[in-house]
Amino acid sequence: MNDLIQGIIQAFEIILSLNSALYEIIWLSLAVSGIALLFSTVLGIPLGAAMAMARFPGRRLMTALLYTGMGFPPVVIGLFVYLMLSRSGPAGQLGWLFTPKAMIVAQTIISFPLVAGFTMAAVMGVDPQLRRQLMSLGATPWQATVTILLEAKIGVIVAIVAGFGAIISEVGAVMLVGGNIEGKTRVLTTAIVLETQKGNFDLAIALGLVLLFLSFLVNVALLRLQGRAFS
Amino acid sequence: MSPNPVYKLHNLTQTYDERTVLNIERLDIFAGEILAIVGPSGAGKSTLLRHLNFLERPASGSLRFEAFHLNGEGAPLNLRRKITTVFQNPVLLTRSVADNVAYGLKLRGKTGDQVKRIVDDALDLVGLNNLTHTGARTLSGGEAQRVALARALVIQPSVLLLDEPTANLDPYNVKLIENIITQVNREQGTTIVIVTHNIFQAKRLAHRTALLLEGRLVEIAETGAFFSNPSDPRTEAFIHGEMVY
Ligand SMILES: Nc1ncnc2c1ncn2[C@@H]1O[C@H](COP(=O)(O)OP(=O)(O)OP(=O)(O)O)[C@@H](O)[C@H]1O
Ligand SMILES: [Mg+2]
Repeated sequence: MNDLIQGIIQAFEIILSLNSALYEIIWLSLAVSGIALLFSTVLGIPLGAAMAMARFPGRRLMTALLYTGMGFPPVVIGLFVYLMLSRSGPAGQLGWLFTPKAMIVAQTIISFPLVAGFTMAAVMGVDPQLRRQLMSLGATPWQATVTILLEAKIGVIVAIVAGFGAIISEVGAVMLVGGNIEGKTRVLTTAIVLETQKGNFDLAIALGLVLLFLSFLVNVALLRLQGRAFS
Repeated sequence: MSPNPVYKLHNLTQTYDERTVLNIERLDIFAGEILAIVGPSGAGKSTLLRHLNFLERPASGSLRFEAFHLNGEGAPLNLRRKITTVFQNPVLLTRSVADNVAYGLKLRGKTGDQVKRIVDDALDLVGLNNLTHTGARTLSGGEAQRVALARALVIQPSVLLLDEPTANLDPYNVKLIENIITQVNREQGTTIVIVTHNIFQAKRLAHRTALLLEGRLVEIAETGAFFSNPSDPRTEAFIHGEMVY
């Protein structure tokens, strides 16, 4: 118990000391997960919306695949990306393995099905008669689609929150494809694993607190967006 | 009433799961008229309105609106925007009443004070100016129906399709809505097709009345003649509430 209290006190000292290595780790975590989230949002929202609204052959199969993707073990995705990017792999020439690029690829693949799947569910929750109603008021198909997405806004934001939560806290895949290289690919989660193993509990706790605080901040920001849906 | 039809339907059919729910041999709708459509539940009245609003593809037959013949392409936007429907169960957006009424205007690129003025006037007209900023999803059935009417009126359609627009209303509001319908028709020359279960409403409002039965037009005539001197025995039975279906 004493250890824990001691650790927390020291953790705050570390956070407040403006240790530059710590801030590099924070920055890299945010950059990698932020860019991955951007990619998966740009791909996932249109796909989820299309799968909810359009009727096309193979839709059932795609839905099944998407739901599978939502629950896919991140470490398996890490392994897959590793094999793709390793020197002898099909994308080996890129030289991305053990760089932040590989981590972004892995995190995009992890969060994309979550964003698409939750978006699909949110859009399917909108009254199916709405499109007809909007078309009757003179909407173009595109205008109708945008309005329907806005009606599903709360759910779409949940989709983005879920996507972010999955990758900012993910450790297995980034460890595999990033390699946890100090000053290069070390992020909050991999640093926590390492420092805990080394017995540096104060630093591990500091990193953990920062991680919690960051995901709290991001979620508050996203929820503020959601709040406007009610007004 | 001008003699040129805005709509010309010919052998238009609609099928759902191989069941024919609409089969209109011939129907002309004239510019500036109020046409009432009556008929039992499930007769295909709402389905017919969806066709008139280009919201369905006919299984066969032809539909002409003004100079446009419906083909595989679907109707062009500028034509579609001349027609709007107040649905039997209107769907409102999760926004304020005012934003709902403004929706069609925003789609057409209108903004600012102009929109606000038009919306306020429309809400005055349907007696809902006290609810301007209320969330539309909290409205009662009758209020929602009037918002849907206001939302349709602001875009000044040349054809207004009304699917039982007073089904949820008290007598005072029925009268209010009926007055609006007559007024819009008279002052703006709007062509109106109104589906109603209320025979007296058809009598009060419509120039012509049609009976739809199992997807087919049984009779269409001047409203006076339709009720006082129907030519089909089924019309006679229907208006006296003696139809068995
Ligand atoms: N999307 C659909 N799929 C299958 N059947 C449908 C569909 N829409 C309508 N129908 C069927 O078509 C028939 C006509 O329906 P419609 O809604 O046009 O009737 P209506 O005359 O408007 O009835 P009501 O007075 O009860 O509103 C009904 O038997 C209905 O079950
Ligand atoms: Mg109906």
